[in-house]
Amino acid sequence: MRLTGAEILWDCLVREGVTDVFGYPGGAILPAYDAMLKYPIRHVLVRHEQGATHMADGYARASGKVGVAVATSGPGATNMVTGIATAMLDSSPIVCITGQVGSRLIGSDAFQETDITGITLPVTKHNYLVTRADEVAETVREAFLVAQSGRPGPVLIDITKDAQQSSAEFDWDAAAPPSSSAGRHPHPREADMRQAIELIRSARRPLVLAGHGLMLANATEALRNFVDATGVPVAVTLLGIGCLPASHPLNLGMMGMHGEAWVNTAIQEADLLIALGMRFDDRVTGNLKNYAPNARKIHVDIDPAEIGKNVPVDVGITADLREAIEAWLPSIERLDLGEWLGRIDALKGDSAVRDIQKLPDDGHLYAAHVINDIWRATNGQAVVVTDVGQHQMWEAQYYHHDQPRTLITSGGLGTMGFALPAAIGAKMARPDAEVWVIAGDGGFQMTLCELATIQQERLKVNIAIINNGYLGMVRQWQEFFYERRYAATPLLSPDFVKLADAYGIQAQRVTARRDVVPAVEAARAHDGAVLLDFRVEQEDSVYPMVPAGADLHKMIRRPSPLAETGADRS
Amino acid sequence: MSITFVVEVADKPGVLNRVSSLVRRRGYNIESLTVGHAGTPGVSRITLVMEANPDAAARIEANLYKLVHVQRVINVSDLPTVYRHLALIKVAASAESRSQVMQLVDVFRARVVDVAPDSLIIEITGADEKIDGLLEILRPFGVLEVAKTGCLAMVRGASIRPTSSATSGGSSADPVDAAVSFSV
Repeated sequence: MRLTGAEILWDCLVREGVTDVFGYPGGAILPAYDAMLKYPIRHVLVRHEQGATHMADGYARASGKVGVAVATSGPGATNMVTGIATAMLDSSPIVCITGQVGSRLIGSDAFQETDITGITLPVTKHNYLVTRADEVAETVREAFLVAQSGRPGPVLIDITKDAQQSSAEFDWDAAAPPSSSAGRHPHPREADMRQAIELIRSARRPLVLAGHGLMLANATEALRNFVDATGVPVAVTLLGIGCLPASHPLNLGMMGMHGEAWVNTAIQEADLLIALGMRFDDRVTGNLKNYAPNARKIHVDIDPAEIGKNVPVDVGITADLREAIEAWLPSIERLDLGEWLGRIDALKGDSAVRDIQKLPDDGHLYAAHVINDIWRATNGQAVVVTDVGQHQMWEAQYYHHDQPRTLITSGGLGTMGFALPAAIGAKMARPDAEVWVIAGDGGFQMTLCELATIQQERLKVNIAIINNGYLGMVRQWQEFFYERRYAATPLLSPDFVKLADAYGIQAQRVTARRDVVPAVEAARAHDGAVLLDFRVEQEDSVYPMVPAGADLHKMIRRPSPLAETGADRS
Repeated sequence: MSITFVVEVADKPGVLNRVSSLVRRRGYNIESLTVGHAGTPGVSRITLVMEANPDAAARIEANLYKLVHVQRVINVSDLPTVYRHLALIKVAASAESRSQVMQLVDVFRARVVDVAPDSLIIEITGADEKIDGLLEILRPFGVLEVAKTGCLAMVRGASIRPTSSATSGGSSADPVDAAVSFSV
């Protein structure tokens, strides 16, 4: 069958199972857009190409399918870079398709020409420059394989205008990628697996460190079986939230810089860490020299380059997580951990008295209360997409996720502006899910143009702005480490209620705790998008906090509410 | 310590850039990088020398394998390996000094590949130290120009079989019989 390169592109995408793409047209990608009309594809017109990449990313994280973003050459392509890097750091499978100037113009500084394969080389798993129509099919097929196999990640395909316009024979089967494109398939080594099981069996104070990889490997069931069989408690990373229900009695909660105090202390006191699909990021380890000094360490990850990268391990297993955990199951049994779990319970009790939830309603509106109320009102069933900063950490602490893939957040790159577009992608992937954006007043303004996209696509997305008038997390660092010199963190914002109104989005301002639940309920009941502007305490901080580079157990704790009337520590 | 990798890659545009970019962004310094065709059509062979400890070397190897175009990585650092550099040296040589220079060239088992009225071009292959030795000896005559390749490396004895795991080079290759070959 003879088709144009543009037709081959869409034909391949449809065969790969793509139904939705996020994009923005322009000169060099016009032939592809023209051909798109013939194919069963829903195209979401974004307002900025960064948004398209975050949407594809949110789509991928919510569904496990590959997200697809499309842009033109030059500025269209360069606008994608932040979103691609975000997907790279969080191992999210997306395919970005960019138009390129005609192949004969490449290298001539032609209008809207940019070397996007060069620019994105360090932030993609792989990328391609396609200059001929007969290369399109094999490239698209390989790109989808690369994006999803092994440790997933973003792939970019740059297609010249003439490759889109000219024709070639299209043969789907002949374009199958070689299996080597999927990378190597590591299998756990027997000796390592035996050693791991021995360590697990003889541990007295073991702890599972559960990360994003468990969800990417569809290993959350296996994890649960392992935990139920052994009784080993679990600490999760930010991106690991949801891999074990928060309500599971052995799920201790989040570790790291803003992890629960009892979790960080437990890590420091553990005699065995079983790290599954996590990468010992500096935000979860604190000072590496004094990290879990008493613990032997087992590390299982699909990516051999992660084993031993930050933390030396006793047993490193490069494997598919589900395969590895399921292989353990027949050889393990319930451990006698009464003493250890009792110790952790005692640590929890100490933390509970500091919990902001214990604060009486003193007229102040705390972000933690807002998020906890959203959790209650949504029965913990919403897909929550957060931005980056204080509200992100409060979400992780106070919204208790029981399902995998229900917290979507930029962890590795920490990309402000992620939430709103990623939520659009999540809603497209899971139209029946209740989707909430939780964003700060700073990050929300980085990509708020996508409010128009929500309206154009008639999407039901609820938006909670945690509005404290500051770039809050930076302000907190200035408070703790820069003697309250608030350089460039006070933030003047527009009237978000009026702004939403201009987009035709229902909105409401909330300033008191008693109004939180009714506002959330009203938002849920409305059949269109809703924006809630929560005016929260301005100088509240996220506790506990491990200062960057400090030992994990040396946390700054929230002052006890018994001695405090407000959260401000002055 | 100095680590040498032999990396076989698909002969595709930009593949050298991918390899060097990986090493750069992970913060390692390349001491030497040489690339050329391998014996197999469609395959290029890169010899990559860098400063790294064995732990880091294992991770570089794992990272190299993540590049789609990388087919095989062999850490030859602990294997019996022949290392060779090639240099062209242009040295001033008048009618009076020419024979003296040519004698030295003989001692180093180098070759004169071009003779001009007032200069010679000398080709030398060998270990880096040998080339440096010749350069030192020639300096009094007036070294006018030097061009050096990077390092080429090849394990002695039978061919190395494809690696089966991400372990470092020491265990990834079949045992090779070093006794049948020796340095010359």
